[in-house]
Amino acid sequence: MKALRTACAITAMTLGSTAMAADISDDKVKVGVLTDMSAVYSDISGEGNVVAARMAIEDFGGKVAGKPIELIYADHQNKADIAANKARQWVDDEEVDVIADLVTTSVALAVNQVADREGKEVITLISGAASTPITNEQCIATGIHWTYDTYALANGTGRAVVEQGGDTWYFLTADYAFGDSLQSQVSRVVKENGGEVLGASRHPLETSDFSSYVLQAQASGAKIIGLANAGGDTINAILAANEFGIVQGGQKLAGLLMFITDIDALGLEVAQDLYLTTGFYWDMDEKTRAWSERFFERHGAMPSMVQAGVYSSLMHYFEAIEKAGTDETFAVREQMGKMPVEDFFSRNGRIREDGRMVHDMYLAQVKSPDESTRKWDYYNIVSTIPAEEAFQPLSQSKCELVNN
Amino acid sequence: MNRTTILYAVLLALALVAPFGVYPVFLMKVLCFAIFACAFNLLLGFTGLLSFGHASFFGVAGYVTGNMLRDYGWPVEFAILAGVAAAAILGTVFGWLAIRRTGIYFAMVTLALAQMVYFVCVQAEWFTGGENGLQGVPRGALLGVIDLNNDLSLYYFILAVFIAAFWFIHRTVTSPFGQVLKAVRENEPRAISLGYNVDRYKLMSFVLSATVAGLGGALKCIVFQLTSLTDVHWYTSGEVVLMTLLGGMGTILGPVVGAGTIVTLQNYLASGAFASSVPIVLGFIFVVCVMAFRRGIVGEIHAFVKRSF
Repeated sequence: MKALRTACAITAMTLGSTAMAADISDDKVKVGVLTDMSAVYSDISGEGNVVAARMAIEDFGGKVAGKPIELIYADHQNKADIAANKARQWVDDEEVDVIADLVTTSVALAVNQVADREGKEVITLISGAASTPITNEQCIATGIHWTYDTYALANGTGRAVVEQGGDTWYFLTADYAFGDSLQSQVSRVVKENGGEVLGASRHPLETSDFSSYVLQAQASGAKIIGLANAGGDTINAILAANEFGIVQGGQKLAGLLMFITDIDALGLEVAQDLYLTTGFYWDMDEKTRAWSERFFERHGAMPSMVQAGVYSSLMHYFEAIEKAGTDETFAVREQMGKMPVEDFFSRNGRIREDGRMVHDMYLAQVKSPDESTRKWDYYNIVSTIPAEEAFQPLSQSKCELVNN
Repeated sequence: MNRTTILYAVLLALALVAPFGVYPVFLMKVLCFAIFACAFNLLLGFTGLLSFGHASFFGVAGYVTGNMLRDYGWPVEFAILAGVAAAAILGTVFGWLAIRRTGIYFAMVTLALAQMVYFVCVQAEWFTGGENGLQGVPRGALLGVIDLNNDLSLYYFILAVFIAAFWFIHRTVTSPFGQVLKAVRENEPRAISLGYNVDRYKLMSFVLSATVAGLGGALKCIVFQLTSLTDVHWYTSGEVVLMTLLGGMGTILGPVVGAGTIVTLQNYLASGAFASSVPIVLGFIFVVCVMAFRRGIVGEIHAFVKRSF
């Protein structure tokens, strides 16, 4: 039903778009950044996303299709109800046209529900959230998942590490649905590429003492220890592995959900040689460096992939409005899907009908303290994972907007 | 007409016109948390038991209501009743185990049980949606005719339920049963010596409190069309303590004021200059409240009125 409605709307827009003059609702384009500014994800998202959004608006000249761009932002404190409430209020009362970031999956899903109300649809540019249901079971016509997802991370790290010779794996898995799905995704990739999974230890969410799990991993003799967990659990696991000399003993760690800010928090001494997949690294070429240095000047830290993603997604959104000559939600969404995404952040990027923005991902290995020449000089990019291979293929999508 | 009646009449009139000036979804959230805080106050303020596990009742009721509405297509009234019943059952189990201890041990037992519920919710993905939360709950139609997708209709429905819950707690507190609860709070050995079966009164109070807390959670699930792990997390248990203390423990209106204050702060501080420091501001207010206004907002006003008039 929803798919039908969307299809009709998109068709109607396509028919009408040729005759459309500049048509911006309420004479402005209003951007809402809904992020975590005070809790666990404030480093990867938070203030930095507001800075990135501000930069995008300034770089676009503060105006799109002749109308001013406004920015508002709010802290959702990682609570889905606060996020849903804010988003509703923004859409109902404050004429917000697009909501960006939405770190934490529960928040992204809740706001997507708000953004998908009939007659009140708005675009969501999801950068911070990780889970795949956003573009599968719970996909919406106007939601775009920009930066990364767990499939891409698991797939990227799993495959690339096996290709690098890491063909025996042992997992430290957070004992809940997220950890399970991460482990099974990576296991599948490892086996498909000829690797072998020797076993797994499951630990409860928010564990502080990883020593017994790390010892089991050490005893398994696996070349690679995959960390199918997130946040504080990953950090604690790496610290414990460091204490037991895992890396010095010849085993390697692979983080399945890690950000550059985690590496910064851990320090290179502890994190060195760790494999991880990322959607963006600031020090890749002239374009990434130029943007990131500007970001650094304003924010005091190098951008995480989430922050770079917010900038990239907003720029693409503005360009689509400029091209389409309207900020009407479905017209903009359609225009965004037509244009390839090529900028400092995204290579070979395009937005699929399930809302997934596919782009090249990178396998990185953390540098040793000797290799690193300055703060934030943390990664060696080992290989590039092409856009079409990095993400879940459309044929496997469970999104109702995709005809499978 | 005495002063209290006038006060309530004014408040009711304000509540009736409020959605035309203030965003209705925000008001509904305040009402849901007000129900939750009133329920908590019944236990802490009038029975003297500090539970640190009330989020379980709030959250589990939300999950049950959400599942009934979304996956089983129950009418909204029955879904709410199912949620409330689940909270009552859980409250009976918690209460039966916890009232054997008092003070800090009581708080620890309730916290431990609530943590168990939290981890079950983390694991039971089929029921709670795990860390993604239970999303996309339909609001349904009241009695099959009034469409609750309209924010205004939903607001008046929630307001009616809130008034009923408020009246229920008011009746409980002022009844002979409530007098016994206060006696237990003030001096438990003396209540025992007077021949009251104290444990039974405590258990009753606990179950009532859990049930009404569940009502708050069930309504919140319908308002936001979601229930997430936040609702069963110990942080929410702490928040309701904060609301009750800030508003005025043991006063009938205190929890409502406290809930209103905290939810407003969370909502309005979230955007603007203080966006990154909501927890700090809340913590600061809590410290000031505990240091300077022991009786909470409503308690201090009561005391002031008593002194001056």
